[in-house]
Formats: sequence, C-alpha cells, structure tokens
Amino acid sequence: MNTRREERRRAAIQKQIDENLRRVYEQDVSQQVPDKFLQLLEKLREQE
Amino acid sequence: MTDQKSARPARPEGHADPRDELVEHLPALRAFALSLTRDGSSADDLVQDTIVKAWANIEKFQPGTNLRAWLFTILRNTFYSARRKTRREVNDTDGIHAARQATRPDHDGRLALNDFRVAFEQLPDEQREALILVGASGFSYEEAAAMTGVAVGTVKSRANRGRRRLAELLHLEEGEEIEMTDRTTLAVMALNTPILR
Repeated sequence: MNTRREERRRAAIQKQIDENLRRVYEQDVSQQVPDKFLQLLEKLREQE
Repeated sequence: MTDQKSARPARPEGHADPRDELVEHLPALRAFALSLTRDGSSADDLVQDTIVKAWANIEKFQPGTNLRAWLFTILRNTFYSARRKTRREVNDTDGIHAARQATRPDHDGRLALNDFRVAFEQLPDEQREALILVGASGFSYEEAAAMTGVAVGTVKSRANRGRRRLAELLHLEEGEEIEMTDRTTLAVMALNTPILR
C-alpha cells in the first residue's frame, strides 16, 4: 500500500468534488433573482 | 416612524449602510438556501425571512465585518429553527430534478452536473452546509465554524465526510472509470488510477 499515492489520489478526488461543488453553486448563484425580493427591500425601505 | 428614525444613521467613514448592500448578496443567499432546502419555493421563503430578519436586526451587524457571512448565519439559523419546529420532512425534490434536467447538459464530458446535484442532495444537512460554505462559497473553516456555531474540527470532519460520501455515490472511490474528458482532471486521475490496483 502506497500511502503517498493514496493521498495524491484522494487529493485529486477532493479537487474534482470541490470543482463540481463550485459549478453547482455558481449555477444557482447565476440564476435571476426574483423581483419579489427587490420589492420586499423597497417595502422595508419605505416603512423606515 | 419619526424623522429621526428615518434619517440615515451616521456611519464610520468608509462604511456604507449595510442595508444598501443586501441586494448584492441575494444571489448567493438564494444559492445557499437552495442547497439547504433542496426546493425552490422553500428556498425563496427562507431568503425572504432572512431579508426581513436582517433588516430588523441591522444594527447588530458590525460594519467592516463580513456581511455575507452574517446573512448566511441568519439564513441557516432560520432554516434549522424552522426545521426543528415543523420536524416534518418535505421531500418534494422531484420537481427540482425535473426542472434541472431541463437545463442543457454539459457536453464537456465532465461529471454530469445533474448527477452531482442528485448525489449532493442525498447528503445530511450538516454535510451539505459545510461543503457549500467551505467547498463552494470560499469561506475559511474558521469562518464556517463561527457561522455554524461549532468547532473548526467539526466543520472539517463534516466537509470531509461529505466529500467521501460524494465520492462513494459518484463511484470515484473505486477507481472505476469516470465519465469525464476534462484533460487536466483526467491526467491527474490517470497518474493515480492504474497504479492503484
């Protein structure tokens, strides 16, 4: 059992997982924000 | 409201009213909410509650500190306290999957993003949260620990357990063939895989 290779391999897997995590997250972040949130902020501002 | 209240409070130089900055964090808040709720309409409700709470408690935000971290903390606390109250599992994830499958799949051959999503959504809440905070949103383990109210080591172990589970679910652990043509990743994997067994 070569632990260094195991570690390298695990690091590669982790890197791949984190890349996919970022892609999934970026995909969600890049969605259009619904107008209702902007309207809510405006309403809160008016109520001050 | 009195005139005094409606007037903008004086802020230390260089610090704008954080309420003006809320809008910039909406996309990230929504993405974080989606990762926790796994459901579009619950995510929107959660973001809405977060905005209202943040607005009402804005004086508790310390100017100069990380507003996104503060908002994420409110959002996840709201998520967990609602979950404790209702205690019922709403698993209407079919709708999300259907909606997501409708989006054009990646043809670069890397792990199909949708497969990754489906696997990710199977992880326990704490692991999804840890992975989104440190793996995707770029918070440090220390920041994530402060946000979730646990020790740094706990965040690390949650994130690592989540990664291991994902590797299992996506069959990355066995050295099986992985559907991807991303050259850099393939090259890295090729270095390791044949030697393994």
